[in-house]
Amino acid sequence: MSASNCLTANAWICGEYLRTRREELVDATLQHIAITGTAVVLAVLLAFPLALLARRYRRLTGTVLTLTTVVYTIPTLAMYALLLPVFGLSASVVICGLVLYSLTILVRNMLAGLDGVPEDAREAARGMGFGPGRLLFRVELPLALPALMAGVRIATVSAVSLTTVGAIVGNGGLGNLIYSGMDSLFKAQVLTASVLCVVLAVVADVLLLVLQRALTPWARAREGGRRRRGTPDPGDGGSPPDGGDGAPPPDTGGDPDSLAKSDDRPLAAGTPDARQEAGR
Amino acid sequence: MNAFLDAWTWLTTAEHWAGPGGVWTRLGEHLYLTGVSMVIACLLTLPLALWLGHTPVASGGGGRGKRLGSAVAVNITNAGRAVPTFAVLVVLMLTPLGEGGVTTPTVIALVLFALPPLLTNAYVGAAEADPDVVEAARGMGMSSRQLMLRIELPLAFPMIMTGIRTATVQVVATATLAALVGGGGLGRIITAGFANQNTPQVVAGAVLVAALALVVEGVLVVAQRLLTPGRRTGGRGRTGGELPPEDREDGARAVRAPAGTG
Repeated sequence: MSASNCLTANAWICGEYLRTRREELVDATLQHIAITGTAVVLAVLLAFPLALLARRYRRLTGTVLTLTTVVYTIPTLAMYALLLPVFGLSASVVICGLVLYSLTILVRNMLAGLDGVPEDAREAARGMGFGPGRLLFRVELPLALPALMAGVRIATVSAVSLTTVGAIVGNGGLGNLIYSGMDSLFKAQVLTASVLCVVLAVVADVLLLVLQRALTPWARAREGGRRRRGTPDPGDGGSPPDGGDGAPPPDTGGDPDSLAKSDDRPLAAGTPDARQEAGR
Repeated sequence: MNAFLDAWTWLTTAEHWAGPGGVWTRLGEHLYLTGVSMVIACLLTLPLALWLGHTPVASGGGGRGKRLGSAVAVNITNAGRAVPTFAVLVVLMLTPLGEGGVTTPTVIALVLFALPPLLTNAYVGAAEADPDVVEAARGMGMSSRQLMLRIELPLAFPMIMTGIRTATVQVVATATLAALVGGGGLGRIITAGFANQNTPQVVAGAVLVAALALVVEGVLVVAQRLLTPGRRTGGRGRTGGELPPEDREDGARAVRAPAGTG
């Protein structure tokens, strides 16, 4: 009796709602995961060749970065609306929009990661007779992985959040429930769907972090033995040991995602190499 | 492709621009929402960020504020990314705050999403103020307050501007979503188009919104360049490796300017 009361009373938190609408919630969550997952996977697959191209042809780098900044500046609602005539009312609109947003983050981070690979490591690999392909996949990519994964995490968390706006084309996963809940002033539905969104984002972030740890076992080993990076630093001795060592100013990189960057700093800590390179 | 041509026709029709639901009115609403939210957000965050990034006169290096500050800066940024704006808007709409109309919940949501970039950038700017300059100022007998206002604030200025730029672009984008909950702004053109299944209008609205976001970003980039004292070029100039001389001169100049006025 009291349980069904919370539905009629339109309470924010309602166990009865969870029980009666379980299927609806599960479906929406699955759609949310499918849209976000597809978008991020596609974006990673596309970002990789793009980053390689941008690195190979240095003149392209500026263009690619400007383009990605422009894309990132376009508001979500406008992005979906612009893609509407291309795909019609379908999930493709949302997926394509999310791919474009994720690309901007991923290409940047991949480039940064690849640039951060110490020249010494490349040189050593070449000396060992590695061809360009093996060099890329056996040396550069693993070393760029922390930066890359930081990008994937940011892209995924953002995508989970931006998917909700897809409700405007009827493909917003949990956003659909939020949208319809708003029209019917259904508080329990709105709050539950919103909380599930945040939970999804957090879970995805944690899973990716675990994946990153699993993929880079050497990173943990390095954390233990800091001294290893103490030695190749002679060029660095001249630069100020204080806050002036430039770690944060990447934030001034001049793009709307300095948000994104400020957080990949702690993660990208595995690439002090980037700084070393700069000091050279 | 037709839809894009039709959108062009929509945009070039004079009657769509005038009147109470016209583009100019919506643009005004959009800029109003953005402006109000940014002013509130700046008033709320900048003092807090400066305080968190402040190096207390008593303790030498990082005080408690700094440690708290970096924790806050990282976490608030992550939280801001994980929480969907749309969800926050709708939840706020259904609270008593939404009973008075759409404006209050919208402004609150916009302020909330402007906080992370403002706080983080201003905090980093203040916390990373050149320790030598801070040391010198302390040696000159400056009080904690003077240190904050005359040294750390000017030194943090470029970063504060970056934060303001990032936040403004974010708020302009987020203000579009106000239309989804029945608010004003340029997003309304898009949602009205969806409601009437008028694809050209949807596309036209999207073009306007995207253009506004890009123009705002562009204007702020220029403003940042003009307003930054000492022409500090941000990240780019730093790749040279040997930055201290220029940096220090830079800091000295930034310190002198406000001191002269005071």
